[in-house]
Amino acid sequence: MDVLIPMMAAAIRSGTPVLYAVLGEILAERSGVMNLGLEGVMLVGAFAGFSVTQSAGDPYLGLAAAFCAGALLTSVHAFLCITFGGNQVVSGLALSMLGGGMSAMMGRGHIGETINGLMPFKFPILGDIPLIGPVFFSHDAMVYASYLLTAFLCFFIFRTRPGMNLRAVGENPRAADAMGISVSRVRYTFTLIGGGLSGAAGGYLSVVYTQMWVEGMTAGRGWIAIALVIFGIWRPLRAMFGCYLFGGVYALQMRMQAAGTSIPAPMLLMLPYLMTLAVLTFISVRKGRGMLPGAPASLGNPFRREERE
Amino acid sequence: MRTGHSPPLVSMSGVDKIFFGMYANKGVDFDLESGEVHALLGENGAGKTTLMNILAGIYSPDAGTIYAGGREVSFRSPRDAISAGIGMVHQHFMLAPVLTVWENMILGQDGVPFVLDRRRTVSQIKELSERYALSVDPEARVTSLSIGEQQRVEILKMLYRGTKVLILDEPTSVLTPQEARDFFAAVRMMTAAGHGIVLISHKIDEILSAAGRMTVLRRGERVGTIAARDADKETLAEMMVGRALRHFPKRRAEAPGPPVLSCRGINLKGGGDSKPLSDVTFELREKEILGVAGVAGNSQGELCEVLAGIRRADSGEMILRERSVAGLGAREFIELGISYIPIDRKGVGLVPNMNLCENVALKRYWRKPAAYGKVLIDWEYIAALTGELVGSYGVQTLSLESPVRLLSGGNLQKLMLARELSGSPSVILAMHPVWGLDVGAAEFVHERLTEERDRGAGVLLVSEDLDELLDMSDRIMVMSRGRIMGVIERPDAVSKEWIGLMMAGVPAEKAV
Repeated sequence: MDVLIPMMAAAIRSGTPVLYAVLGEILAERSGVMNLGLEGVMLVGAFAGFSVTQSAGDPYLGLAAAFCAGALLTSVHAFLCITFGGNQVVSGLALSMLGGGMSAMMGRGHIGETINGLMPFKFPILGDIPLIGPVFFSHDAMVYASYLLTAFLCFFIFRTRPGMNLRAVGENPRAADAMGISVSRVRYTFTLIGGGLSGAAGGYLSVVYTQMWVEGMTAGRGWIAIALVIFGIWRPLRAMFGCYLFGGVYALQMRMQAAGTSIPAPMLLMLPYLMTLAVLTFISVRKGRGMLPGAPASLGNPFRREERE
Repeated sequence: MRTGHSPPLVSMSGVDKIFFGMYANKGVDFDLESGEVHALLGENGAGKTTLMNILAGIYSPDAGTIYAGGREVSFRSPRDAISAGIGMVHQHFMLAPVLTVWENMILGQDGVPFVLDRRRTVSQIKELSERYALSVDPEARVTSLSIGEQQRVEILKMLYRGTKVLILDEPTSVLTPQEARDFFAAVRMMTAAGHGIVLISHKIDEILSAAGRMTVLRRGERVGTIAARDADKETLAEMMVGRALRHFPKRRAEAPGPPVLSCRGINLKGGGDSKPLSDVTFELREKEILGVAGVAGNSQGELCEVLAGIRRADSGEMILRERSVAGLGAREFIELGISYIPIDRKGVGLVPNMNLCENVALKRYWRKPAAYGKVLIDWEYIAALTGELVGSYGVQTLSLESPVRLLSGGNLQKLMLARELSGSPSVILAMHPVWGLDVGAAEFVHERLTEERDRGAGVLLVSEDLDELLDMSDRIMVMSRGRIMGVIERPDAVSKEWIGLMMAGVPAEKAV
């Protein structure tokens, strides 16, 4: 127990930045827009969060800046893919490199600088429950907010009018359009919110998780997030589970490094990514047997009303 | 029907629509009264659907005016059209498949609360579906519904939104004869309730019995509008085609030969995009056309793919000329003389961005005489062959080097037919071979298939058009949900109703 509880708490802490990015990507992909640029968006968010927290001294302001920076960078992708019907894969990859480069350039003089970020606090009442308290309610405000956000998105996507519009646009934009829903408005809205959440995910890394700026500090989490969206079959709750699984393996390898195993560190660093690959393989096998629903049907396809089929 | 007092529900005048410099509609006038069925007739590509897409707010016209309820309107989106009381049921349904029926109904509607009210919506839908005898389960997911049910959802969706004008695009093409009868009963209820209905169709018979007036389009222009009482089949057909129809005489096979392809107990698990086949057993004989009747999406495509060697059956025997071929790949099937004309010409049949020669080479590039050895292709031979095929099938193309995506639908089909029928195949699998073709091209395809049959090939002809099958086939096999419901030995001796029941899933013995 003494080992397990801190491990599980660490799993949640390291799963949370990925969770924000995953929730954002679920919204974007549900509308039919795939954003492969998450890695870049997260990096830009991470730097924006770091630098605003450093200069303004307020971590919440930093996180808000991370959200805005993520949405701003994603607007390039949205404009290319929605307004111009460009190729989402190409645009997403470009975004990933653009974000990586931009954040590296702006952060050149700041590498290794630390900030006073967001601190954890025990959540009143719930934090005193044995087992559950230390695992789930001994974190910072962003972790608590992510619980609420996940629950809200489950409700929002499946039970509300805008959620239904979102699903319809991602499944059959032609039908949604024929029913008077503005496909591009829905796509813009959720792609930008998705980008914002990815930016906030990056912000969590710099403002909360490490409280410093390191170039390329996302270390592939943006790509993992894209895989976890598939693992979560575009459902927030399942995706949350996937994020904590990833976080758990990440926390485990940290522990093992600290404990000084004979396994070389790079091998251990590969663990979370290997797990993601294994999980994806498992998912595709099950999907091939028709046991799981697939991606939103129009994912990746631009929509133009007057295009003849 | 014409009251003379109230203005028509809608009227369009002088409507033009231009696609890529070509007129899809040119100066078309059209109007619809309350309580009438106004049919829109024409061949494929005549501009019927385009005209109605304009009325439904999907396309915007390049010229012309539209009046709804006596006022000039200009729709910027389908939503505008729906709020003006005009709704369209498309040939390809506009439903979101993973959503439930009730969710699809309220999709995009004004006044839907932020948190959806399932109970109230479901009860409203039930009431509406009882009133118009359009039965459907409001809580079902659209993916789980049959095509006929999905069509009812589409119609209900428009009624739910209070549209007075319903545009139905080729509504009966996906229905069995019985379902079509129920459908027309619902249409009569709607017109009795004061709705106006536009029926887009190319089936003259059903139009003559259902519509009050009919407007014929040809090459985007209006040929004329006539009342049902002044219309007859020949006149309408001539108006559609622009010339008197030449009926090519039906020729039955003299005497079919021995079985060329026999299948026993073929099973295929469904799942994903594919539908199942269960216990499919039949024989295709030399010198016969075996028609395959069935409503779209009853595993006809899967059957053809199994027979072409593209898809592997999970169990069952396939014997081609006394040789077991189950488990062989598509290339072996080609070598054994099985030709496949798929429905998806640009996807499975031809490679759109490759030129005519390359597409012709696809079926033979790996062996003599099209190849020198294992690696080098004899392009001169291929070009000569392609030139010959293009000449004898009359494919209209700029050159043999142009990509086939530039060919029109009819020319694409001719090229595919030329490729598949060259080299005297012993089995021809033809799926909807005249789909989307004009009457002249369709006749040509039918004649070529008949010639191949007379030469000695066994032809499997899959079609949703029962009349085409009755015209062409020596025997008809009926499929429903991946099963063979029965084989009709003498198609001219049975009623369409009987075949319809079998298409709906009633076994031959019981469908009397």
